[in-house]
Amino acid sequence: MTEHVVRPTTYYAIFAILLIFTGVTAGVAFIDLGPLNTFVALTIAVIKATLVILYFMHLRYSTKLTWIFVSAGVFWFLILMAFLFADVLSRGWLPPGVGWGATG
Amino acid sequence: MSEASTRLAHHFDDLKQQKEATTLGMWTFLITEILFFGGLFAGYAEYRSRFPEAFAHGSHHLDIVLGTINTAVLITSSLTMAMGVHAAQLGRRKKTTVFLLLTIVFGLVFLGIKAVEYWHKYEEGLIPGAGFGLQGEDRQQMLFFAFYFLMTGMHALHMVIGVGIVGIIAFFAWRGRYTPDYYGPVEVTGLYWHFVDIVWIFLFPLLYLIGRH
Repeated sequence: MTEHVVRPTTYYAIFAILLIFTGVTAGVAFIDLGPLNTFVALTIAVIKATLVILYFMHLRYSTKLTWIFVSAGVFWFLILMAFLFADVLSRGWLPPGVGWGATG
Repeated sequence: MSEASTRLAHHFDDLKQQKEATTLGMWTFLITEILFFGGLFAGYAEYRSRFPEAFAHGSHHLDIVLGTINTAVLITSSLTMAMGVHAAQLGRRKKTTVFLLLTIVFGLVFLGIKAVEYWHKYEEGLIPGAGFGLQGEDRQQMLFFAFYFLMTGMHALHMVIGVGIVGIIAFFAWRGRYTPDYYGPVEVTGLYWHFVDIVWIFLFPLLYLIGRH
């Protein structure tokens, strides 16, 4: 079998990085950065998730087909969020009365 | 014929193809899971953008210390899971079993801490429903707690199922079912476990850390 076997030191290193990021994200939450707080928290979460997917879930060593599947899943989730925010954030941009059923 | 070749299902050419199909099948399931939890995250995003203050106030009721500890516990369980898969790849029977059992232990610790948190919320009257906010809390926070219980509850359900699956796999591992040529079930159980970990990696900042400052 030509399966890639990840060295335990790699797992321990990823584990340490994940713990450090957990501490950082909990600490940063107490600093007021305005709207950036959510951005920083989500950025750290995305980095952590990426590390888990690439190393713990072996995506880095997986076939191209697996990459396509995982990318498709993430892409569809982004479509969900993009269209949601396209709706939510643009509400109120047009004055009331403009649209269906407007008279005059 | 080695013992492992008897594990080859008749519709596959060889064990390598079988392993790739197994892995891809699990990823396909996990993609449906991304979109299942995606619906919850989308609902959360919509209502948080509408009621930012109520969500921030609701978040203040969560125990950030227990939440951070639980995040660390879950990440540790992911490490032991990864090490269990690693041991299975090398054909170490006992080591695989021990790491899988450790994963179960950390999973149960997580669920125990979660149960303590739920109990605190019950005592504080923060369960969404007619009795919500009788201790003077703003009732708009009910929306936050509806999402809190729905999202962490679905996550906990996945944890319970995961503990059961890891238990079964640990039993088979102990019986010597897996070899370096045949460990697909251990690998895909790991994929599921890590996925549930990732869901928590997003739940933790979105529920516990908003409006802390």
